[in-house]
Amino acid sequence: MNADFTAEELAFETEVREFLSAEFPANYQAKVNANIRLSKEELVNWQKILYRKGWAAPNWPQEYGGPGWSATQKYIFATEMGLIGAPEPVPFGMKMVAPVIMAYGSDEQKQRFLPDILESNVWWCQGYSEPNSGSDLASLKMSAVRDGDEYVVNGSKTWNTYGQYADWIFCLVRTDNTVKKQEGISFLLINMHSPGISLKPIVLLDGHPEVNEIFFDEVRVPANNLIGEENMGWTYAKVLLTHERTNISGVPRGKRRLRALKRIASKTDDGFGGNMMENSAFKNKLAEIEIELLALEYVELRTLAALTVGKAPGPESSILKIVGTELAQQMDELFVELAGYHCLPFVPEQFEDGFQGDPIGPGTAAASALVYFNNRKLSIFGGSNEIQRNIISKAVLGL
Amino acid sequence: MDFSYTDEQKMLQESVQKFVQKSYDFNTRNKIIASESGYSKDNWQLFAELGWLTVPFSEADGGFGGSAVDLILMMDEFGKAMLVEPFVPTAVLSGGLIAALGSDEQKSELIAPLMEGGVQLAFAYAEPGSRYNLASVATSAKVEGDTVTITGCKIAVLNGSNARKLLVVARESGDRNDRDGISIFMVDADVEGVSIQAYPNIDGKMSARVTFDAVKVAVTARLGAAGAAIGALETVIDRATVAVSAEAVGALEALLQKTVEYSKIRKQFGTAIGTFQALQHRMVDMFIECQMARSIVNRAAMKLDGGEDELEKARAVAAAKSRVGKAIRKVSQEAIQIHGGIGMTAELDVGQLFKCVTAIAMMFGNSDHHTARFGAL
Repeated sequence: MNADFTAEELAFETEVREFLSAEFPANYQAKVNANIRLSKEELVNWQKILYRKGWAAPNWPQEYGGPGWSATQKYIFATEMGLIGAPEPVPFGMKMVAPVIMAYGSDEQKQRFLPDILESNVWWCQGYSEPNSGSDLASLKMSAVRDGDEYVVNGSKTWNTYGQYADWIFCLVRTDNTVKKQEGISFLLINMHSPGISLKPIVLLDGHPEVNEIFFDEVRVPANNLIGEENMGWTYAKVLLTHERTNISGVPRGKRRLRALKRIASKTDDGFGGNMMENSAFKNKLAEIEIELLALEYVELRTLAALTVGKAPGPESSILKIVGTELAQQMDELFVELAGYHCLPFVPEQFEDGFQGDPIGPGTAAASALVYFNNRKLSIFGGSNEIQRNIISKAVLGL
Repeated sequence: MDFSYTDEQKMLQESVQKFVQKSYDFNTRNKIIASESGYSKDNWQLFAELGWLTVPFSEADGGFGGSAVDLILMMDEFGKAMLVEPFVPTAVLSGGLIAALGSDEQKSELIAPLMEGGVQLAFAYAEPGSRYNLASVATSAKVEGDTVTITGCKIAVLNGSNARKLLVVARESGDRNDRDGISIFMVDADVEGVSIQAYPNIDGKMSARVTFDAVKVAVTARLGAAGAAIGALETVIDRATVAVSAEAVGALEALLQKTVEYSKIRKQFGTAIGTFQALQHRMVDMFIECQMARSIVNRAAMKLDGGEDELEKARAVAAAKSRVGKAIRKVSQEAIQIHGGIGMTAELDVGQLFKCVTAIAMMFGNSDHHTARFGAL
């Protein structure tokens, strides 16, 4: 039993580290460190830098332009990206719709969509949730009615992250009302520039319109945008949900944030002449978080080790989302606690690109509450943590 | 990277599993606990024949190899079966100290007989006021010529009433909490001035309170150099800490499994209680705790087996015991709760597993102790 990388893997780790240190733009790094959101153009530019290196889509098979990495290489790449805080690929195209197109799309659809996803020429968003379909996703109502060579789509989708940037949306739509709810759902790709689509931004607790509600009013969609067979969409979507079971723990990002917590704590007055690293209550919380990270890292490595010897991920992999998100949220709390009074100012614009005013500090303290608010989403999205527990209960414990 | 066991390790694991299935059911265990010595001498002899007692020792000392991964895979199975035989006090603690500090003569006198099953040992380190600080030693050792006089009181001496020899931590010099000045002496259990008050622990294992009233031993009974035992003491305790953490992981997984099984057959309101989401999610959380605990114990064992960085090893052990302590509370309490009234009864194994892991939670320092230690290292 060992957790060591091979010499080749270590060499790869060095290659990735050196590439990222040379190619991740310094001004982006500065923004990430200062908690300033990267713009759409910056995210796309970074993605294109990765594309030119051939590393845009770590999880794609080589035949579609992926790098053909082993599970360990993917892990190393994700780890190095997380450690410096480089943004991961915007997931909607690369990680969500592309695997479905690869698995169930026609050759024509593969050629039409995949290259542009790989090159980040188009921005995708996800059309799953609806105002009345959250965790009970299969109850969705947005309808698509076949009319000749087209579907006519009516209804609305919500929580569409960065829908304001999107060129395309992949949707689950209802194509049959007469059968069991899971059996009347289809997987449809819709051009966001189609007539009849309108967007309403939703401002979240941190003051940022990160998500949207999208309305579809008699939107006509070519029938050749249907993936696979009509009424099979639920099956396809479920495959997508189980597609990526590793590199989802957020451990590297957590390590980076832990370093930040220690750095900030050592510079934060405790009010009694010392600093917060000398505050035993805070220090113990920090130690507990670090221990939790170590445990989670080894849960993930156990999963990875199983993959490298050709086994399927074991039951341990199913907890990565739950523990990873809850741990990230605990770290958010520590940033808020460290900030003290300095977490109170609500000036979200100072963490937007191009802010010209006099920032309220110190450092990123005034971002701590904003991040804390925003990250409450982590345990809600991607299948809420309660849904994850339902899945483990059924699939692992057999209940 | 490879988290699987080697063929040799799989054989060891199968050997333990086979024994437990065939010869260590719950009733048999209860009879062993009720016996005078509180463990089975026949079992102990069998462990020797199966080679289990060689596992903690290096090949140089005639052992199986002494890897921590070997150790945790055995302890894992011991934990599932709630084995009460004194493997940790005799082989891991006492054997580990003799291997670490003993002269060639001391080693040949004790290690081979130990591996053959012919000798029981106990390690007396904790004191009424020491809590988990290994350097807190009030027991005194006064050297005059070739004779050492030991006076003091030791608690939580596992296997103390069955041991032929006691390994006693005593202070030759310095103040009570100094790291320097601490030695370990081997004292025959039957010499004058040693009094042993034996009792069973909450987990069914035999323990003792041992007082030393001006006990005289030869200075040659000292293990290692005078006053310089603290390093080896910490190293050996750390190894034992990982061992009992693995024992806890085995027991916690047994608790989870038994709870899930019970929830599938126990019916209330006309349905199996395992269909209730309120209980399902709690069992999932128990599962999460087990996975986190197993992962961090594996990590600690791998760290102990690799590299020379002593600080990294100590941090890995502290992290493991801290995390396992939390898992123990959560999993064992929920197991009792979900079983309901039947979980409260002494006749069911679930309650005994609860008591076993509760004991482990305190052994060699509780969760808070190791969290603070991790933060300070």
